[in-house]
Amino acid sequence: MFRRIIHAKWPGFTIALFIILLLLPPLVPRFFIYILGLIYVTSLLAMSLNLVVGHGGMFQFHHAVFYGVGAYTIALLLTKTSWPMWVGFIAGPILAALVGLLIGWFCVRLTRLYFGMLQISLGSLIWAIVFRWYKFTGGDDGIHGVPMPGFLSSLNSSYYFILIILAGSLILLYLILKSPFGSTLQAIRDNPQRCEAVGINVKRHQLRAIVVATFFAGIAGVLFVVLERSVFPDLLFWVLSLEIFIMCLLGGWFTFAGPILGAAITVALRIFVGKYTEYWTLILGIILILLIFFLPEGVMGYFVGAFKTRTKKVAERGNP
Amino acid sequence: MLRVEAVVKSFEDFLAVNEANLSVAQGEIVAVIGPNGAGKTTLFNLITGQLRRDRGKIIFRSEDIGELPPYQICQKGIGRSFQIVNIFPRLTVFENIQVAVLSQQKKSSLLFRPARNLAVVETRSILESVGLLDKSQNIVGSLSHGDQKILEMAIALGNEPELLILDEPTAGMSPEETFATIELIKRLARTRGLTILFCEHDMDIVFSIAQSIMVMHQGRTLIQGKPEEVRNNKEVQAAYLGGSDA
Repeated sequence: MFRRIIHAKWPGFTIALFIILLLLPPLVPRFFIYILGLIYVTSLLAMSLNLVVGHGGMFQFHHAVFYGVGAYTIALLLTKTSWPMWVGFIAGPILAALVGLLIGWFCVRLTRLYFGMLQISLGSLIWAIVFRWYKFTGGDDGIHGVPMPGFLSSLNSSYYFILIILAGSLILLYLILKSPFGSTLQAIRDNPQRCEAVGINVKRHQLRAIVVATFFAGIAGVLFVVLERSVFPDLLFWVLSLEIFIMCLLGGWFTFAGPILGAAITVALRIFVGKYTEYWTLILGIILILLIFFLPEGVMGYFVGAFKTRTKKVAERGNP
Repeated sequence: MLRVEAVVKSFEDFLAVNEANLSVAQGEIVAVIGPNGAGKTTLFNLITGQLRRDRGKIIFRSEDIGELPPYQICQKGIGRSFQIVNIFPRLTVFENIQVAVLSQQKKSSLLFRPARNLAVVETRSILESVGLLDKSQNIVGSLSHGDQKILEMAIALGNEPELLILDEPTAGMSPEETFATIELIKRLARTRGLTILFCEHDMDIVFSIAQSIMVMHQGRTLIQGKPEEVRNNKEVQAAYLGGSDA
C-alpha cells in the first residue's frame, strides 16, 4: 500500500507541496490561513463528488446534502449532548454515509437523469427538515459557537488538523480509485451493459460507490465545522450542490486531482471577487462558458492531456 | 447443456421471437442462422438476460434462467460477445479483460488493493491466446475494427464461461481477419473445452465449423440439425429463396 503511494505521479512535488502548506501558518496572515482551510474543506467535498460523478458516471445532483448531514451531526452532538467529543467526529461521516445508503438505494434503481431528479427531491426533503425544525436544528439561524476540543482551539491548529485529514483522505481516495473497486467503477461508467454481461452487479456496485463518496462528504462536513464552528441550512441547499458539480467540471472529471483545482478557483473567486461585487457567480458563469468551449476536459484535464501528447511525441522521436 | 423451449418475445405488436427452440449439448459448436431480422440477436439477448422473455423456458444445466438478471446468468457460466462492438473505450486492452477476470474472481469490490497487481497472470494468458498481448497497453478506442471484435470475444473469456455465445463474431472483418477469427474460435473451443453458440451471416463459415445448425425465420425455429440435413431441407431453401439477403 505504501509503495503504491510512493509510485504515484509526481510524488516529490506532492510531498513538497504538503510540507510547504504545513509550514505556512506562522508566515502568512490569518485571513489566508482561513481561506486555505476553506479551500481544503471544499476540495475534499469536490473530490468525494468526483468519485461518483467523474469516475462513476452517476448524476449525483445533490451531493451537498451529505456534507450538511456530516456537519449538522457533529454540531448537534457537540452542542446538545455531553458525549465525548470524538463521537461527533466519527458520527459525522458515518451518518452521512447512512443517509447516502438510504438515498442511494432509491436512486440506483433509476438511470441517468431520473437518478439525478430523484436525488434532488430526496435531498431537498432533508434540507426542508433541517430548515423547518427550529427546536432541534435552529432552522435558518443554524447553530453557532460549536465547542471544539482543546487541541483545535486556535485557527492554526484547526488548519493543521484539516490539512492532515485532507491528505489522509486523498491518499485513501487515490487507493480506492486504483483498486479493483475503482477500475470496475470506471468500467461501469463507460459501459454498464457490458459490465452486467461480465457478471458485475452494477446497481450494487454503484450503491457502494455512493456510500464511499458520501462518507468522505461527511468528513468534509465535519472539517467545515472545525473551521467555522457553525452550521446553517445553506450547507444542504441545492445551490451548493450545483457549485461543487461545477468545481468537478472546472477541474476536469477524469483526472484525480482536478476537483481540488476547481474548488480552489471557485472559493478564491467567491472570496476575492465577492469582495467587490455580489455578482461573483457571473464571473464563474463566464469562466464556465469559456471552459466548455475551449477546455471541455477541464483545466487539469487540459494540462494532463498536453503533458501526455508531449511525452508521447518525445517517445516517438526516441525510437523511430 | 442449454435448452430453449418455445420462447416468445414481442416488442409492442411486433413478434421478434415466436416459439423459438434450441438445444446446445456440452462441447458442441452450434450456429443460429436466418435472414436479417429473423430474431437471432433477440434470442441471444433473451438467453443472457439483456431482455426478458414473455413466455417459454430457457434452461441452463437443468435450471430455468429466464428470470435472472444478466450478471447472475454470467456467474452461472454463460459468457457472450456482442454484435456491435461493446467494450470499455477509455480503458486499455489489458484493463478491458481485467475487469471481467476480477469479476470472475470476486475481487471487484476490493477497496485498497492496487488493481494493477491483481489478476495479471489470467489476463495475460487470455491476451496471449487471442494474440493481443503486444497491444495490451493500447487504449481500445485506437484499435482496428478487427482487433476490437477479437477483444470483444476475449472479454467474455475473462469469466471462464462454459458456454460462450458469439453474436456475429466476424461481422465487418476483412476475409483474412475472418479466416483468422474462425481458426481462433475453433482453437478456443478445443483448448478451453468451450461450448460455443454463435450466429453468423456468412454461410461458408457456418457450414465449415458448426456441428449443429438452427435456422430461424421470422422469429420461428424452422429446423435444428446437422449441416447436411439443414442444407437439404426444403423449408430452409424456401425461406432463403423467399426474398432475403442472406
